[in-house]
Amino acid sequence: MTLESLVPLVVLVPLLAAAGVLALGRRLRAQRLVTVIALTLTLGISVALLIGVDAAGTLVVEVGGWQAPFGIVLVVDRLAALLLVVSSVVLLAVLLFSVGQGLAYGDDETPVTIYNPAYLILAAGVFTAFIAGDLFNLYVGFEILLVASYVLITLGGTEARIRTGTTYIVVSLVSSFLFLASIAMIYGALGTVNLAHIAVRMAEIPAETQTLLHVMLLIGFGIKAAVFPLSFWLPDSYPTAPAPVTAVFAGLLTKVGVYAIIRTETLLFPSPELNPALLIVAILTMVVGILGAVAQTDIKRLLSFTLVSHIGFLILGIGLGTIDGTAATIYYVAHHIVVQTALFLAAGLIEQVGGSTSIPRLGGLLALAPSVGVLYLVAALNLGGIPPFSGFLGKLGLFQASIATGDPLAFVAVGAGALVSLLTLYALMRVWSRVFWGTPPAPADEESTDAVEPTHDDVYPATGAVAIAERARAIPRLMTTATVGLVLAGIALTVLAGPLYQYAERAALVLGENGYVTAVFPEGTPEVLDD
Amino acid sequence: MTVSLVLVAVMAALFACGVYLILERSMTRVLLGILLLGNASNLLLLVVMGAPGVAPIVDGDTGERVTDPLPQALALTAIVITFSVSAFVLALIYRSWRLAQRDEVDDDVADLAVRTEREGSEFAAAPDLIVDDSEFTEEPHPDDEPEPQSAPAGEERSS
Repeated sequence: MTLESLVPLVVLVPLLAAAGVLALGRRLRAQRLVTVIALTLTLGISVALLIGVDAAGTLVVEVGGWQAPFGIVLVVDRLAALLLVVSSVVLLAVLLFSVGQGLAYGDDETPVTIYNPAYLILAAGVFTAFIAGDLFNLYVGFEILLVASYVLITLGGTEARIRTGTTYIVVSLVSSFLFLASIAMIYGALGTVNLAHIAVRMAEIPAETQTLLHVMLLIGFGIKAAVFPLSFWLPDSYPTAPAPVTAVFAGLLTKVGVYAIIRTETLLFPSPELNPALLIVAILTMVVGILGAVAQTDIKRLLSFTLVSHIGFLILGIGLGTIDGTAATIYYVAHHIVVQTALFLAAGLIEQVGGSTSIPRLGGLLALAPSVGVLYLVAALNLGGIPPFSGFLGKLGLFQASIATGDPLAFVAVGAGALVSLLTLYALMRVWSRVFWGTPPAPADEESTDAVEPTHDDVYPATGAVAIAERARAIPRLMTTATVGLVLAGIALTVLAGPLYQYAERAALVLGENGYVTAVFPEGTPEVLDD
Repeated sequence: MTVSLVLVAVMAALFACGVYLILERSMTRVLLGILLLGNASNLLLLVVMGAPGVAPIVDGDTGERVTDPLPQALALTAIVITFSVSAFVLALIYRSWRLAQRDEVDDDVADLAVRTEREGSEFAAAPDLIVDDSEFTEEPHPDDEPEPQSAPAGEERSS
């Protein structure tokens, strides 16, 4: 068995498992078992691919034996392999968290038959997008994960989720139509949808047409990645979903958009003409996102705004247009997927223990549930960029790469990034001091805190100290274990920062030196076809 | 590559109408907008296919002109995706109607809460800041009254 034959399996295993799980119907225990096995298997395959790709170089699979520009190709380079591993880890951890939640508290949050299949299909969609070697396959991957996310975000069909789900679905659809229209335009201009072939042929068309196609693709991906000013939908729609769903969305869905932007910038349009625009957008995303976070009174909404803000860091690295910048972005993507998901899981634990994610309704949790406090603090310090955590290393890499370019705009971006890191820390520590320190609100003051609108329509349980301590003891071990696992994975990114950063540099080098095209067309690029 | 002007014109009109409809508050109109945008994208795929009227796949090398089959395959996939998503949105609209008797996309409740917490008094003092979008809504349904979820948020909604 060659390594190439493993590539389609990362999509096939979750997809087939989804079918199997759906057939299992209401046998919940079996459903969970199959889902966990499928995602563990995918994690194993991803790790094998990562090791193989790092040793042997980019893997290219020509599906059905059709030659590269004519058939569909699946491509796993170092960037894709790293993202496959990181997203498998996150998917598995969040799945275990939701299993723990479901086992302990019944399944009113996650209706029995739909959650696991939709989750597996979401995984298949994310993996399809990462290994897609042509633009249309990337579109199909996006659609698979989006359709699964539509189901997950409206899970249970409560009024609040329908409302937020509508916003999310309409915005996602607009971005999909934009993407589809750009695919049509690219096919009209170049006569191909194969990514490597597009990269080869792009030089043959006029510069104005190139800019048009470039901007169309970036807007489509920018909506998915939640880049300002296309990020307004995210803090509205994510917080209402169940905690595990929000966590996995925050970790993965926007990053698929970022991945697509990395591919667009490094492979399809390596010319630097739009880089200043990307830098400006990155600065605005960072600043506007974090200012939104500072104003919030709900933990999940606050975290959603920090998510938007940190997408700005990723765009900054891409917008530099250097190999160093891309390497820093690749490291930062891995860091951010893990840490942001861990924070959302910690918020899920806070919700489980404190009965709410609204900051004024919580207090004194550190004494009542110390383990939750530690998990939140480590993840928060990591995201805020306190040394020696990976958030610090990632930001350091980004800032060094920015300064190395000598571009004044990049210097501004470094300043904005430093400010945003401080504000991130401020927003997250405000949660810490209010929620974990302070006094628990008395059960009687329910009326007086009603001025703060709940983001959910569910009834809040009692917030008294006794009730909280009881719930803290009853918290299922699997939920805590899953969160601990992700927080430790975040720390592992620090411990393994050396090898990982070198890996990211090798990945960026392949992207920067046209490695993708030479891997897909090893015998030279195909002749220009007669149209 | 030759392009049919009629197809381009129809596509542009569909895109324009779709964008207009998708900006409405009523979810049913948004759905119609989604359908129009989907059809417009599919037409765009057909436009880039080149001259129509010839078979897409010819058996053997007959030396005849063939139509490019790839955009047709892409359009078929896109049609299926648009179809399934439209079905999902329809279910969503039905669910929203069953739960709240509403066919409109509401403002973000928590967003309003954050805003009114800081600026509640200013909003009360300057009523012209409240956006009136009643022009775009149907005449109010008897059950269409906003839910009394929150006093400050309720004031801002136009009836």
